[in-house]
This record gives sequence, C-alpha cells and structure tokens, in this order.
Amino acid sequence: MHTPLLKKLVLAVLGMFAFAFALVPLYDVFCDITGLNGKMDLVVAEQSSEIDKSRKVDVSFTTHAKSSAPFSVKAQQYSVTVQPGKLSEVEFVAQNLSDKARVMQAIPSVSPGQAAKYLHKLACFCFDQQSLDAHQTMKFTLRFYVDTELPADVQELTLSYTLYDITSNTAQAQNNSTPLLSVAEHTYLRGQNNG
Amino acid sequence: MSITAEEQQASHEHTHGAPSGLKRWLYTTNHKDIGSLYLLFSLLMFLTGGAMAMVIRAELFQPGMQLVDPHFFNQMTTVHGLVMVFGAVMPAFTGLANWMIPMMIGAPDMALPRMNNWSFWILPFAFAILLMSLFMEGGGPAFGWTFYAPLSTTYSNDNTALFVFAVHIMGISSIMGAINVIVTIVNMRASGMTWMKLPLFVWTWLITAFLLIAVMPVLAGAVTMVLTDKYFGTSFFDAAGGGDPVMFQHIFWFFGHPEVYIMILPAFGIISTIVPTFSRKKLFGYASMVYATSSIALLSFVVWAHHMFTTGMPLAGELFFMYATMLISVPTGVKVFNWVATMWRGAISFEIPMMFAIAFIVLFTLGGFSGLMLAITPADFQYHDTYFVVAHFHYVLVTGAVFSIMAAAYYWLPKWTGNMYNETLAQWHFWMSLVSVNVLFFPMHFVGLAGMPRRIPDYALQFADFNAIISVGGFVFGLSQLLFVAVVFKCIRGGESVPDKVWDGAEGLEWQVASPAPYHTFSKPPKVD
Repeated sequence: MHTPLLKKLVLAVLGMFAFAFALVPLYDVFCDITGLNGKMDLVVAEQSSEIDKSRKVDVSFTTHAKSSAPFSVKAQQYSVTVQPGKLSEVEFVAQNLSDKARVMQAIPSVSPGQAAKYLHKLACFCFDQQSLDAHQTMKFTLRFYVDTELPADVQELTLSYTLYDITSNTAQAQNNSTPLLSVAEHTYLRGQNNG
Repeated sequence: MSITAEEQQASHEHTHGAPSGLKRWLYTTNHKDIGSLYLLFSLLMFLTGGAMAMVIRAELFQPGMQLVDPHFFNQMTTVHGLVMVFGAVMPAFTGLANWMIPMMIGAPDMALPRMNNWSFWILPFAFAILLMSLFMEGGGPAFGWTFYAPLSTTYSNDNTALFVFAVHIMGISSIMGAINVIVTIVNMRASGMTWMKLPLFVWTWLITAFLLIAVMPVLAGAVTMVLTDKYFGTSFFDAAGGGDPVMFQHIFWFFGHPEVYIMILPAFGIISTIVPTFSRKKLFGYASMVYATSSIALLSFVVWAHHMFTTGMPLAGELFFMYATMLISVPTGVKVFNWVATMWRGAISFEIPMMFAIAFIVLFTLGGFSGLMLAITPADFQYHDTYFVVAHFHYVLVTGAVFSIMAAAYYWLPKWTGNMYNETLAQWHFWMSLVSVNVLFFPMHFVGLAGMPRRIPDYALQFADFNAIISVGGFVFGLSQLLFVAVVFKCIRGGESVPDKVWDGAEGLEWQVASPAPYHTFSKPPKVD
C-alpha cells in the first residue's frame, strides 16, 4: 500500500543528491552566460575589427600569490588607459622564488564582475601552465583589448591574477598511467583548440 | 475510549510479549516509544550544545584570552551550531511528529515503523562520531557549522572525514524521518480527515518533510564534495583545479536557507495549535495559514544568496535576492496577524504552554524584523558576520524554534504521561528563561551594530561591558534549562492526574484518547466529521 509513494520519494531523494552535483556544471554555465562572478574564459580571442575612439577605459593589473605559492608576478605598468577595441600589450615579469623547479597556473578574474566578458585576451601566460626553474625569471606579454560593447557605466576595470603552485598536481598527473586531467587543463585544452 | 492505559498496556504485553528493559527501546517500532526517544535524545543534545555555549560565553566574559585557546574556541562555536541544529531542534520536531501525527490524523502508527526505528537509532552514532572527534589529535571541526571551503578543505585537520560522515548519517536519519511523515500523512488519515481538516501541526510538518527531501540530499552532496576535495584530489572548490570556492557557498545555502524553514515551520504548527486552545476560539484564517506555509516553503528556494551579499554579486543579483527575501515577510506576517486575530476577544488564560506561545509570537517577530534589516543589501555589508547576525538567528531559533518546542512539551506532556507538570517549577522556568534569554541575546544587536565580529574569541575593549552582561544572561539561561529537565522528569514520575481532555479549549483527535496515551491508539480508525 505504501510502496508506490515510497518509491517516488526515494527517487526524489536520489534525484536531489544528483542535483547537488549537477549544480557544479550548472553554476559554471550560468556564470559563463551571464558573465557573473568575474569568471573569464581561458580562451584565445580574435582581434577586434572596430575601435571606439570616443571612449577611454582604465585597466589596472594586480597579482596575488596563494599563500603557499612561491611566485612573484608583476606588471611593468600599474595601469593603462585604452580605447575600446584597440589592442594593447603589457609586460609581466614572473619569478620563481623557491629553490626548486615549479609549475605555476595563473587564474584571471575581472572586477567589476559584469565586465569580465568584455575583456578579451589574445595572448596570456594564464593560457598555459608555466614551468619555472629555481629562481628563474621570465617575461610574459599580455595582449588584450576591451570590447566596444562594454557598458557605459564601467570606466575602469581591474584584471587580477591569482597564482597557484600546481607542481604536485602535474607531477601526480604524469605519474598516473591514466592521467586525471584537472578542470583547468580541460579548459586550457579547449582554449587551444579554439585558438 | 473507555479502555484505560494500564489495560491497553497489559493486553499489549499479553498478546505480543513486548520486550522489556533496554530491548524494548532498541527494538521498538512503536511511534510513541520512538517519539519519546527522539525527544529525550534532543534534550540531551540541547544540554550538550548548551554546555559548549557556556564555554563560549565564559571565554567572552572578559576581553583577552582567558580559558581556552582560539582553536578550541572555534571547535566550540562549530560543534555548538551543529549539535543545536541537527541534534536538538530537528530531532525534537521529529519526536513531536512521531508522537502527535498518528494521533492527530487517527492512524494506529507511523506508516513505516521499522524504518522509524532505524532513523532514530543511527542518530546517536552520528553524534558520537562528531563529539568524539573533539577528543582526538587535532580536535574536532573548527570551521564554523557552515563549513565554508577552503576552511573545511585546504585548512581543516584530518578529522574532517569524521565530520563528513556524521553529517551524512544525520542527513540519512532526517530523510528517512521525512519519508515516513509524508507516507503516514498521505496514506493513513482516518476517513473523513480531508486535506483542509488536517490539524496545522500536521500540515506544517508535511511541508517541512518535503523541504527535507529536497535539501538534505544537497547537503549530503556538499559534504561529499568537501570529502573528495580534501582526500581524493578533486577540485570542486579549489580555483587552482578550475573549481570555485564561492560555489561552495551557493550549494551550501541552497540547502541552508530551506533548512532554516525546516526548523521553524513545525514551530508555526505548534503555535497555531496552542493559541486557539487557550484563546478558546477557532484558529483565525486556517486556509490562509496553509497557503502561507506553502508559499514560505516555495520562496525559501529562491533567497539563498542573501547569505552571500558580500561575495561580490552583480547588482541585479543583489536586488533580486533582497526583494525575494523581503517577500517572505508577507506570508510570515499573515501568520503573525492570524495568531493575534485568534487571541483577539478570546477568553484567554495563561497556562505555561500559552505563555511560551505568546513569548514566541513577540520574540520571533522581533527576530523577523532584524532579519528584514539584514535583507537590505547595502545595510547587510555593515551587519555581515557581526554579532547582529548572531542576535538575529538566535532570536528566531531560541525564542522561536526552542520556545515552540518547550511550549509543545508543556502542552502535550500531561497527555503523554497522564500527569500535570509542576506549575510552580514551570512558572520559574518560563520567567527565568524569558528574562535571561533577552539579557543574553538583545545586547548582541548593539555590539553587532558597533562592529564586533562573530566567531572570534577576543574583542576590542569597548565591547567589554556588553559582553559581560551577555555572558551573565547566558549563564542564567543555561541554568534555567536545568529547571526544565527537573519539570520533565518530575512529570514523568508522577503528579496530579489529568483528564483525557487536558485543556478545556483543546480540539483534535489526540484529546479523545486516554491520558496517559495508551501504547496503541486508533487501532480502529476514529470517525471524523
């Protein structure tokens, strides 16, 4: 007598448990579409065909190493003023501060969050995992432009990089016979295909 | 209803040979036994979680570090929250549901009695696991009951697995309890007990059970992700692996906000039962109560991000969650006005359950108002993570949920035991609790508005006087609850005998059975007109 209802309820429970995990890709898709959360695609963009000469936008750069990541990355210019659509280049100097070879992954994000989908990068060290020898210094060039569609109320935006030490993750992946690609690597590969 | 309790009990033992002693409780499938087990377990957990609150208040009595080190303080705030939410409030409501729902709808027992036994008996193991971790090397969970990543993943100790498994077991227990409640209410109502004749306690519990089924699995998913992130190298919440720590908060509060309604909807049902009894009037606006409860439950799924205003949401999101949150005060206001309208021109008498119910209406509404203040996004940036939030959720959970549970205990204890509680002791318990709870939580609004952050064992000197007052209120409130324990055990052991219909204004099937309620009731379904 109770079995049909019981079955439905158990199914609902299992469904909601699955839904908790479905929230993970849904969240990514939602942020992707809406550009919320300052999330950026690690995708190589195409150059813009038009330039809006009537506007000027300030773009600042900041980098921040996660507590255990022994890296320093500094932009050569604190900020640049750009015209939407026009390609700009900024030099970054990265250094491995430790005595061992390390692999660095930079994760970009943009503030204000709504502006994230209007900042396009043609070249970025964040597209790749960067291997740095002990105390090695390397120069990277960021090539980017701001979309002409950028909402008018955004006059300045900040591109922030968080630096992660992923040496142990990559070592693990190499040792594993069936390498578990992390999500970042997937995104990176997708980016490469698009480029 | 001429059969007395003793005769029923005797005939039961004669026919089934019910085990006595410990086995009676271990093997029981009787809804009243399981209800009692739930309620006693919840009382034990209430005292355990309360003892931890005493440690917190003792440390905060003076500025500076006095009694415990910060890591232990963090464990106390974390485990206090977990024990009170999952150990005290939720099992108390499940216990009340077990005792009262079959008697209120005229059913002989819960629909799935063996599962009922299971859902109770796994609970003590869950809390044993959680509490034991406090005594292990590295200590128990110290990341707050909300276990935000990366605190619970990157920065937690190795005992986090125990926390995860404890929460899994608690979740399984709640889900089984909820399934049982739904199946019982849907399938086992006496004939003539149509949906719109259901007592409101049954209605609110039915809606609560659906909320439990919808969100407890999401909590299980969240702790599972924490587990795999910490021990198996996944990166759900780790940005280096492509995950996102803010997503943890979204998933957690997708569970967490309906969870706060899980802890208050049954309270609404209890108050809607008690207020008409002692006002000697029918409940004002029964149908609107049912619809208000349902709309609160539905709205609870679209407001979760109001816990996360400071994470850097876009303006549109902040506005949506602000207005959606404020919308909840409409159905909640309907309820409060209905209770007041029920009392209006009623022949009110002030028995202890009614006193707790009136205190609930006033103080819960106060907690609701501070909730409205928190819902205002720009203001929330100031209030976020301060003692103002602590004051808010203790007003809705202590003077809300806990007071309603105490009201229910006083209201139905005579029916359960056949004895009236000791009125003098109960009066002392009520007045001591009422005064001390306000001394305890009201000044928290002030220190919170002045900027004192929560979950920190030390504070700036200007908060010293208020914190001393708060701590004194805390100690008195904690000690007052020992009076409650005394009242309950005195009442179980004896007291003035009560008639079947304990309260003259009470309505409902539970008052048709003998006092104390016989071991088996409504073996033949009653007639409902």
